[in-house]
Amino acid sequence: MKIAIIDYGMGNLRSVQKAFEKINIDSVITSNIQEIQNADKIVLPGVGAFKDAMKNLNALGLIDILHQEVIVNKKHFLGICLGMQLLGETSEEFGETKGLGWVTAEVLKFPSTTLKIPHVGWNNVHYPIDSKLFKDVPNNIDFYFVHSYYFQEQEVCITSSCEYILNFTCAIEKDNIFAVQFHPEKSQTYGLKLLKNFATL
Amino acid sequence: MLKHRIIPCILLKDWQLVKSIGFKSYRTIGHPTSTVRIYNSRNVDELIVLDIDASLNGEAINTEIITDMADECFMPLTIGGGIKTLHDVSNVLNAGADKVSINSQAIIQPSFINEIATKFGSQCVICSIDVKNVDGTYFVFSQKDGLLDLDPVLLAQEYEKQGAGEILLTSVDRDGSTLGYDIELLKNFSHKLNIPIIINGGMGNLDHGVEAIQNGADALAAAYIFHFTQHTPNMIKESLYSAKIPVRME
Repeated sequence: MKIAIIDYGMGNLRSVQKAFEKINIDSVITSNIQEIQNADKIVLPGVGAFKDAMKNLNALGLIDILHQEVIVNKKHFLGICLGMQLLGETSEEFGETKGLGWVTAEVLKFPSTTLKIPHVGWNNVHYPIDSKLFKDVPNNIDFYFVHSYYFQEQEVCITSSCEYILNFTCAIEKDNIFAVQFHPEKSQTYGLKLLKNFATL
Repeated sequence: MLKHRIIPCILLKDWQLVKSIGFKSYRTIGHPTSTVRIYNSRNVDELIVLDIDASLNGEAINTEIITDMADECFMPLTIGGGIKTLHDVSNVLNAGADKVSINSQAIIQPSFINEIATKFGSQCVICSIDVKNVDGTYFVFSQKDGLLDLDPVLLAQEYEKQGAGEILLTSVDRDGSTLGYDIELLKNFSHKLNIPIIINGGMGNLDHGVEAIQNGADALAAAYIFHFTQHTPNMIKESLYSAKIPVRME
């Protein structure tokens, strides 16, 4: 079993690979089409700006291969943080930008209130009973978040939620597509557990 | 509910872990990698590591030691000290850091913060501001140039405008003193920023954390209390928890 961690110049890839090493899962950081085809599962991490991320995926010719492997071949896929937001159809970050559109969803900026933005730090996640990602993770346990935009889906899938400014979707599970807004690779024991759950699906 | 973070702050000098008092005397207290490993096993919320050599002497950033530390670290890791270019930021992030802390270079060139935020996102830029109180007025303090004729609140607001994700606010007067955080300083910042404030410098007992959060700090950073007293980050959390302040308990 090998996981391809997609390298498209959007940060913290090494952290994700390190987390997989810690739980004895073989992974490779790559933008090579052959390596992505050969991998059993695909992880799309990422921090930074939505627009740059889409630009980079395009420039590296990764959009078609990701579509082929995830949508056509149904490989298990995990988007992390920005990697979750990219699944949506559009984002309002720096003007409207088109995403991968694998999930009917838009990415919105948190409305301004007295609460600070970005939403940064540990916050508890509530998941539904049919979640596969959170198997054997205590409900309402804290995960580490850093983001200013949130994912709002408009279709039915298995969703987990978190409360900050509003109640927002912080994880989705739709067939072979999984995504989390928080950083499991930075969320200590239960973050590693979640990655293990994904790796052993 | 979002939790208030407790963040051990680690200072590096000559590859060693040191502590400082008022930014002047530095004492070696241990090895960085093993310290990071201990904090990881204690399940702390986050870590900040500041490299004093890189910052003071303009020495190259030691990415090897950052990689060693990051390999032990399954929580967010911030690295600061001597980061001057986008290339430096990229090196530090590639070595395994999640955020960079920028101090001197941001004073010289505030637009540097904007460049980092645009390229890597606001979430990975902490702007560090060192502050000294002189006769009741707060000034920005530079390790190299001493007191600067700059108001810390205005500087922080400028950083926020440039795209900073968080502010690390350190009281030089309280650094290593165990006298408690500078609450007056925090009050000056009250409702002035929309980004989180990590207060640093002076935590010496369990009540100091409660006081700082109640006066507007979003997160607490500390060094001395963890290295030299029997107090652990978890004990700080318990005291916050009893004061009904949300913290991450496991």
